[in-house]
Amino acid sequence: MTIRAATEDLILPSPGLPRAPGKTRGMFARGLEVFLENRLAIAGVIILAVVFAFCFLGPLLYHTDQVHVNLANENLPPGAGRPLGTDNNGYDILGRLMTGGQISLEVGLAAAVLATCLGTLWGAVAGYLGGVTDIVMMRVVDALLAIPTLFLALVVVSMFPPTETELILVIALTSWLSTSRLIRGEALSLRVRDYVQAMRVMGGGSVRAVLRHIAPNAVGTIVVNATFQVADAILLVVALSYLGLGIRPPQTDWGGMLNSGINSVYDGYWWQIFPAGIAIICVVIAINFIGDALRDAFEVRLQRR
Amino acid sequence: MTGYLIRRVLQAAVVVLLVTMITFILLRAIPGNVAVAILGPSSYRNPQVLAAFNHEYGFDKPWTAQYLLWLGHLLQGNLGFSWTLDQSVASLLGSHLPKTIWLVGVSTLLALIVALPIGLWQAVRRNQLVDYSFTAMSFLFYAAPTFFVGTVLILVFSVKLHVFGPEGPQGGLVSDVTDWRDLTLPVVTLALVTIALFSRYTRSAVMDNLTEDYVRTALAKGASGRRVLWRHVLRNSLIPIATLLGLSLPAIMSGALITESVFNYPGMGYLFFKSAQQQDYPTLLGFIIVVAIVTVAGSLLADIGYAVLDPRVRYTRS
Repeated sequence: MTIRAATEDLILPSPGLPRAPGKTRGMFARGLEVFLENRLAIAGVIILAVVFAFCFLGPLLYHTDQVHVNLANENLPPGAGRPLGTDNNGYDILGRLMTGGQISLEVGLAAAVLATCLGTLWGAVAGYLGGVTDIVMMRVVDALLAIPTLFLALVVVSMFPPTETELILVIALTSWLSTSRLIRGEALSLRVRDYVQAMRVMGGGSVRAVLRHIAPNAVGTIVVNATFQVADAILLVVALSYLGLGIRPPQTDWGGMLNSGINSVYDGYWWQIFPAGIAIICVVIAINFIGDALRDAFEVRLQRR
Repeated sequence: MTGYLIRRVLQAAVVVLLVTMITFILLRAIPGNVAVAILGPSSYRNPQVLAAFNHEYGFDKPWTAQYLLWLGHLLQGNLGFSWTLDQSVASLLGSHLPKTIWLVGVSTLLALIVALPIGLWQAVRRNQLVDYSFTAMSFLFYAAPTFFVGTVLILVFSVKLHVFGPEGPQGGLVSDVTDWRDLTLPVVTLALVTIALFSRYTRSAVMDNLTEDYVRTALAKGASGRRVLWRHVLRNSLIPIATLLGLSLPAIMSGALITESVFNYPGMGYLFFKSAQQQDYPTLLGFIIVVAIVTVAGSLLADIGYAVLDPRVRYTRS
């Protein structure tokens, strides 16, 4: 599931592309233009907007009880008053798709943002300082990367059964590694640029260099990587929940819905897994479309201006 | 070349050492008291029994000494003891790891056999219907959670069509060959996401190579398009794919864990999942170390292969 993240540094353009100075607005306008020309990206944005509206505004219009188990209503097929049927606890699936989606999206987004911040800082510091610090910091990343993300996350959640916030922390702490590698590469090439050298000569310190010059100039790489992080984080939450070690009931996420649905899907209750499965696929595809388009947009901004 | 090799092997050794440190920290972060967990809750009333246990297993020493002791055990092949399963972690590995290696090996091989031609075909016919169709499929399988794909495959091929078994082969390695009908669905499930990634990557690698000068030279010298494609372009595109394979190993292992849980395939991933549920920490951490070593070795081999295949690497990657 994080194959994409692990190989991102192979697919992305090398960080040493020449960058001519130019007006910031012009640069972003050009990138935006390229992004908007990409029809898949527009489709991705629309899909995401619809899913967000569905999950966060849907419950305001469609009221269901997602807290109390009601075994009298268990495993009912789709019909009047329950468009997608009910699950093995009697929860309405359409309503559960909304509340479950809230958790999947919240955890995915928050974990990706956190992982990106952590990875950016780690990579920028390592790349900027270089030398022994860089070697030590990157070997730590290598060591953590050697442990498959799902294995590491499983061990941690089995030690400390997580709440939503803790789940975000666990996922962020296990998925910042690929970002840090990418940003380190950027920092290595950025730190020898004239403007960074000039700032050092004028007396600027390392903290200023990393926060004001290295990180902002790597923003293209950071944004593109963060986008794919969201997709990977959502898939990781889903995998943990499917294994029964994610969010605890009565709360659930899309993975949790699949977990409870899979037990009864062989009895013919197909409606218990397909809504959540299709929702996950749509969201992850949409995010990947956006990520690909952002990559093209930033690449154009960097190369052809 | 020798210098590069030595540097790379040393680096791998450091990484493995760091993995053992991380694992040890995790081992000590476990909530609760090992002695109480093993001797039972009533042992609280017998402090001298607890003290004797802690002394016998070295838990009363400073943590650096404990780490070195534990590392010494590791070097002797002692990965710890699973109190839950009443077996040494090494013997658990011996019975479960071969199954996982077989599953991962067969499905990765299948993925390569399928993905390389698809990627090549897409690159040659880029921006045509074939290319778009396979791109759409690779997006789909990349986005679909492994266990969802597995479940849908079971529903279609086992429940509806009765072609393949819904559960992986339960016996030893021999059963993986004799019960190939049961092995098919796990292998395909695990291969699909890998195919999605590899075909996409082959496509871009081949497209990069098609613009290289050597292609024009070969064509100018009168080589047929087919020959250039299969003998020159594909071979050159294989180089980055070797690295990709090494880098993807952790992700493929994560996929194997899920696949094994879906199909009750008694490999290492399934046992890892069961151990996580039962909070069997010695097994979890012993497995983590082995998986990490395999991963480091895998990426080391990939890098060495890369250096052998492409002499430029030896000089530029210092």
